[in-house]
Amino acid sequence: MSGAPTVTQDAVRALEAFIQRSAGHGAALAETGLPTRRVEAWRYTPLRTLADTAWHQAAPLASEAVSTFLDRLPLPENGARMVYGNGRLLEGLSALPEVATQGSENISPLKGMFSATLNAALGEKGLDLRIPAGTDAGLLTLISLSDGDNVSMHLQHRIVLEDGASLTLYDVNAGEGRYIANPRFDIVVGKGAKLRHVKLQRESLTGTHLAIVSANVSEKGEYDSFTLNQGSNLARHEAVVTLGAPHAIVHVNGVQIVDGQRLNDLTSMIHHAAPDGSSRQTVKTVLSDAGQGVFQGKILVDRVAQKTDGYQMNQALLLSEKAQINSKPELEIYADDVKCSHGATVGALDDEQLFYLRSRGVPEAQARDILVRAFLIDALDLVADEALRDLLGRSMAS
Amino acid sequence: MSDFLKIQGLQARIDADGTPKDILKGLDLEVPKGEIHAIMGPNGSGKSTLSYVLAGRDDYEVTGGSATFKGQDLLALDPEERAALGLFLAFQSPVELPGVNNANFLRTAVNAVRRARGEAELDAVAFLKAVRAETKHLSMSDDMLKRAVNVGFSGGEKKRNEVLQMRLLQPSFAILDETDSGLDIDALRIVAEGVNSLRSPNFSALVITHHQRLLDYIVPDRVHVMAHGRIIHSGGPDIAKTLEKQGYTQFLEAAA
Repeated sequence: MSGAPTVTQDAVRALEAFIQRSAGHGAALAETGLPTRRVEAWRYTPLRTLADTAWHQAAPLASEAVSTFLDRLPLPENGARMVYGNGRLLEGLSALPEVATQGSENISPLKGMFSATLNAALGEKGLDLRIPAGTDAGLLTLISLSDGDNVSMHLQHRIVLEDGASLTLYDVNAGEGRYIANPRFDIVVGKGAKLRHVKLQRESLTGTHLAIVSANVSEKGEYDSFTLNQGSNLARHEAVVTLGAPHAIVHVNGVQIVDGQRLNDLTSMIHHAAPDGSSRQTVKTVLSDAGQGVFQGKILVDRVAQKTDGYQMNQALLLSEKAQINSKPELEIYADDVKCSHGATVGALDDEQLFYLRSRGVPEAQARDILVRAFLIDALDLVADEALRDLLGRSMAS
Repeated sequence: MSDFLKIQGLQARIDADGTPKDILKGLDLEVPKGEIHAIMGPNGSGKSTLSYVLAGRDDYEVTGGSATFKGQDLLALDPEERAALGLFLAFQSPVELPGVNNANFLRTAVNAVRRARGEAELDAVAFLKAVRAETKHLSMSDDMLKRAVNVGFSGGEKKRNEVLQMRLLQPSFAILDETDSGLDIDALRIVAEGVNSLRSPNFSALVITHHQRLLDYIVPDRVHVMAHGRIIHSGGPDIAKTLEKQGYTQFLEAAA
């Protein structure tokens, strides 16, 4: 994205502050700049509200604040837990799954992508784990808490699943204040390995969440992800997933629930770079008040990626006249023997269904809730882990 | 209690592509407590509109007249308030609710109505017991409770699901809008039995039908002939037989 029009640097206090904090690692950021609406990838998700703030590093999170957050979040009782507060590991509350070992690799770069570039400039050490071949590491809950005003967090997580390994990662994001949480995940899924990445984004309603995940999936490996975007003033979950070897399987599913004047965005790039891959994507967005939703889903099928099976569905439910959805599905296919389908729908609640429920004595507000839930249920059902599905379901209802 | 359900000079219209279309044109009807009345009439006479207006569907605009139920102004109430008051409409074409489990839906409805009537809610076990007893009566499979509401149901299954809801919600006044359409004779018997078993001095019904056949099974106290948005003739159950033999012509001519 170099050469793309950006806000002139001297007008951007944010950029100046970031570059200053980056201690010499800000060259790429200076070049990329803060994207404006004129940058295609950020057209529907303007970052101008971030521009005037000199975002600084957050102070360590007080332990009382931590326990308040933990009490109110939907968390599983079992499994390992890693807790980060304001970009720092809270060691007393954290333990890795027993089978995991520490990795030592660097985060691989994602060029020209703002969320990744910002994270690379200011990176704070997050998860760095490796699941040995053939082992099931079970459930790991990663909790990232943010608290403060005009601060920013930039955790870097690297997760490597060796061949035949498996892990369920429950990625919980929450906070309070006006901050930027900018996590980056660098994920490698080995041959026949399986990562389930279930994410809950319930950041502060005045916060910003700019997450970017890259995942590389090997032969017969599987990256099965689901994101519930429910918080933040502005949030983008961005996934760049590569099916790098034959018979890889990828799911990039999600639900977004947006009200007030907030914006939630799910952007993905699913790259079929090898034959016989299968990708599935179902994203549903419910918008009320003056909420804005963005879905940008690109599926790229290389010439070598014959017999690719791709499916993408995105649907939005608008509950008010001021709500808005921007939906941009994109298929770019260079192979000639592929099966790729996609669909998009935008609609309102069905009056006939609403009347049917009310005629059975169900009060209007409850009838609406039932229909919204019914709209979301087949997306939520894609979360294979039952306990996590219930936790997300609880979050959706509150 | 002659004023159980009392409709006077009811006028209603619908917006048909920007042009208001009058459908009910001064309809008078009384159904006393404990009686079952039938309405018969040709297509387009406004029978379904009447049922929707009474149940509170808001795409119809009431432009005149009144409808009271148990002494209350029915037209001022929300659909859910009418249900709580004891009104039930069995839909001619029940809508499908994908993603809404039928058993959950039934329990939500039953408990909403119980709550509004000041009764204790049923827990899952008590509800299941109640619903199982009813489904057995109606020859419904348990599978229909596990599926989404009306999704993939045959015409007959949808109608049975309507009758099941009626039995569970225990209305004091039920409107059956062509519940017999699309039913074979066995299903018809089951549906009729579902209505007849509710017959009591505290239960009334308005049975809207095209065919005399249903009235062999649900014998009405009175039959009304509807045409052009009004009741044009009322009489005993024998009217239905006359209609079946001779059609609506004589009534239409007499009313003209």
